[in-house]
Amino acid sequence: MSTDTTQARTHGIKMDALGRGTAVNKLEKEDIALTVDDLSLYYGEKQALHNVNMVIPRKRVTAFIGPSGCGKSTLLRCFNRMNDLVDGCRIEGQIKLDGHNIYDKSVDAAALRRNVGMVFQKPNPFPKSIYENVAYGLRIQGINKKRVLDEVVERSLRGAALWDEVKDRLQDNALGMSGGQQQRLVIARTIAVEPEVLLLDEPASALDPISTLKIEELIYELKSKYTIVIVTHNMQQAARVSDYTAFMYMGKLIEFGDTDTLFTNPSRKQTEDYITGRYG
Amino acid sequence: MPLEQQKRHSFYEWCRRGEPLIWINAAAVSLSAIAVIGLLILLTVRGFGHFWPADVMQANYQPPGESSKVLIGERVQKEAVPIEQLRSAGFQLETDKVFLDRELIKSGNRDVSGADFSWVLSDYLSDITYPEEIMVLERHEWGNFYGYLRGVKESGEAVATQDQSHEVLWNAFLERLERAKELHSKIEKIEKKDIGAINYRIEKLRLRERGLELDEDLSSEKREREQAEIEAERAALDAEYRVYQEELVGLYTAINRDSIIAEAMNGRQVELRLAKIVHAFKPNAMNVFDKVWFYIAKFGEFLTDEPREANTEGGIFPAIFGTVIMVLIMSIIVTPFGVVAAVYLREYARQGLMTRIIRIAVNNLAGVPSIVYGVFGLGFFIYFLGSEIDQVFFPEALPAPTFGTPGLLWASLTLALLTLPVVIVATEEGLSRIPKALREGSLALGATKAETLWRVVLPMTSPAMMTGLILAVARAAGEVAPLMLVGVVKLAPTLPVNGNFPYFHLDQKFMHLGFHIYDVGFQSPNVEAARPLVYATALLLVVIIALLNLSAVALRNHLREKYKSLEL
Repeated sequence: MSTDTTQARTHGIKMDALGRGTAVNKLEKEDIALTVDDLSLYYGEKQALHNVNMVIPRKRVTAFIGPSGCGKSTLLRCFNRMNDLVDGCRIEGQIKLDGHNIYDKSVDAAALRRNVGMVFQKPNPFPKSIYENVAYGLRIQGINKKRVLDEVVERSLRGAALWDEVKDRLQDNALGMSGGQQQRLVIARTIAVEPEVLLLDEPASALDPISTLKIEELIYELKSKYTIVIVTHNMQQAARVSDYTAFMYMGKLIEFGDTDTLFTNPSRKQTEDYITGRYG
Repeated sequence: MPLEQQKRHSFYEWCRRGEPLIWINAAAVSLSAIAVIGLLILLTVRGFGHFWPADVMQANYQPPGESSKVLIGERVQKEAVPIEQLRSAGFQLETDKVFLDRELIKSGNRDVSGADFSWVLSDYLSDITYPEEIMVLERHEWGNFYGYLRGVKESGEAVATQDQSHEVLWNAFLERLERAKELHSKIEKIEKKDIGAINYRIEKLRLRERGLELDEDLSSEKREREQAEIEAERAALDAEYRVYQEELVGLYTAINRDSIIAEAMNGRQVELRLAKIVHAFKPNAMNVFDKVWFYIAKFGEFLTDEPREANTEGGIFPAIFGTVIMVLIMSIIVTPFGVVAAVYLREYARQGLMTRIIRIAVNNLAGVPSIVYGVFGLGFFIYFLGSEIDQVFFPEALPAPTFGTPGLLWASLTLALLTLPVVIVATEEGLSRIPKALREGSLALGATKAETLWRVVLPMTSPAMMTGLILAVARAAGEVAPLMLVGVVKLAPTLPVNGNFPYFHLDQKFMHLGFHIYDVGFQSPNVEAARPLVYATALLLVVIIALLNLSAVALRNHLREKYKSLEL
């Protein structure tokens, strides 16, 4: 464990060489959850990610920003091996979760995904009741005791700030909820299996401003318990919710550092152009 | 103004707005609607008129050059024929008309006059009356009898004669007919059910005995014990059989006690035994309510009774039952099979040249003529699979085949094979429509692919599976050609589900509405009598397929409702 942390820090220093002095100093004090080690990803012949190196600090919010098609969602989906499902997808390099390479042959993707939960761009509740949606992950694991399920469902819905709104209609179909509620239900469903890391892929992009606000507040609360990685198009959102921000462009990690520094004093020209709205 | 200038009423404008296309579309839809409605009306009118107790006419008929005779019968049909045709048929006609009307008269009495339908020329009918006393007798054999009641006899002694009032005579007859009907149903029950069951058990015993002979490893001691057991059982069954037999003899004497004297249209008096009569009624004396009541009763009988007289009389219940049970068994076989195949093709198989070839093959399978499936079913299922099963499981029955002969199971299997492509295609279609987001949502929660399939994807595909099943049922229920090779018969003595253990006989042959239509319509000795039944049976087949379909549609809509608003 300790050697891995050191290795992670080495990467931090390596990035420092790319020009992020203050950020690395701050990062160095953090406990590292995920380490991306020289990661390249190919869709058939096309390379989508170019030698990405970074660390994701534990129990912090890390945001990925960048123009459309820059590879930020692709990188996010590498963290729970969602890209395995894509035909012709090939990965080089490593991603380490708590020091173990998740792309190792011995790793069970399903077990990994229980540990690294994911919320998608559009709310995707199952066409089941609210209760069954939240209980789904547990039922998969073979937990069917009503007492346990009741408890977890309530805890998860409270955790996703949804309990008060739905406690009287847990048996209603989840598809009857509003978009914002559905997205929070999906978050509740994800935290019900108690993952370590929470991956959010533009979780608020399909929602109205009020629902977006609720999701952002929720992210703020969840960060005390989970390591959160969020992909967003919305730079204000990234600035509001995240502790660290990574800017990606054309499949490359351009700059990674703590959010305040990156937005106020970016060290790379491309980053500055992007956050000031000159392109993207 | 520029706006007004644009509004030109030219033909070009009319075309440009797409009006012709709308008209053509509307015409096509109307034509289809008219075709369907017309078909149903034709079937209803032609078929369901048959059960109506039509008035019976009595008239004098004297075509030119022949002597006058009395005609009694129902007027079935009327048409105009060219006079030339009649002349060439041998009529000496002195008239300057070009067409003459002729009528088809159903005069029954096949046993008396040889034919029960005859064409007569309307112009030479005279003194047409509808006497109330004319009675119609439906009989177990020889078709209907039309004529007058002249006397009732009990054990050969007249108990009522025509000297008494008609009322008394008729009531005496009805009373005795009621008794005869009761006796007849008792006889029916003993012969079909009780003795049938005994025969079935005796046959089972015979097979057991034969099985003992074939079993060479059996010790002689055990063999003797078994043999003794069989003998004892057989003796018991024989005793039981004798009891029934005695009862039957008694019943037959009782039912044959009564008879009537009836006068047919040519004045001949015949003696008819009540045992042979199914119904007796006087249509000319019935009012509309009586007729409606009679109609309903007849129709009910058509639905629930067994056929009589080479399928031209009585009901079609065994055919309805056979059709439905076969479709159900087929559905039970084809659905899981098709779904599993579709899941593999869509979810697990690597999408490449091989899967494309398989998919094309499956689609083409749907276009193979059904008789080819029949031949395959006969060759593979019956001759190969069936006889193998017989060799292994039913050696004691050989050389008589058990499964090596056409039967319900093989018919259902053949049709399942025939409809398999439809289910596969529909299910694949459904699988491909499940949003990727939902699958990912499940996978992201740590579910494996199989768990995702089972818990999320398949339930959501169920409406599509139902669509496949609906199409399969629609195709299978109407199929006749392959069934003729693999299990359908003209007349099955017992239903495939009956009171004999194990109650469900997959090896039995069965009756089917589609084949029934063919048989009644084209293989019947009495075409005129059978024709209305062809229409009625056809309509019933349509109705049953519609019912099967509607229930599947209702189920699908319920499922759709459950999984709607999924368009993510």
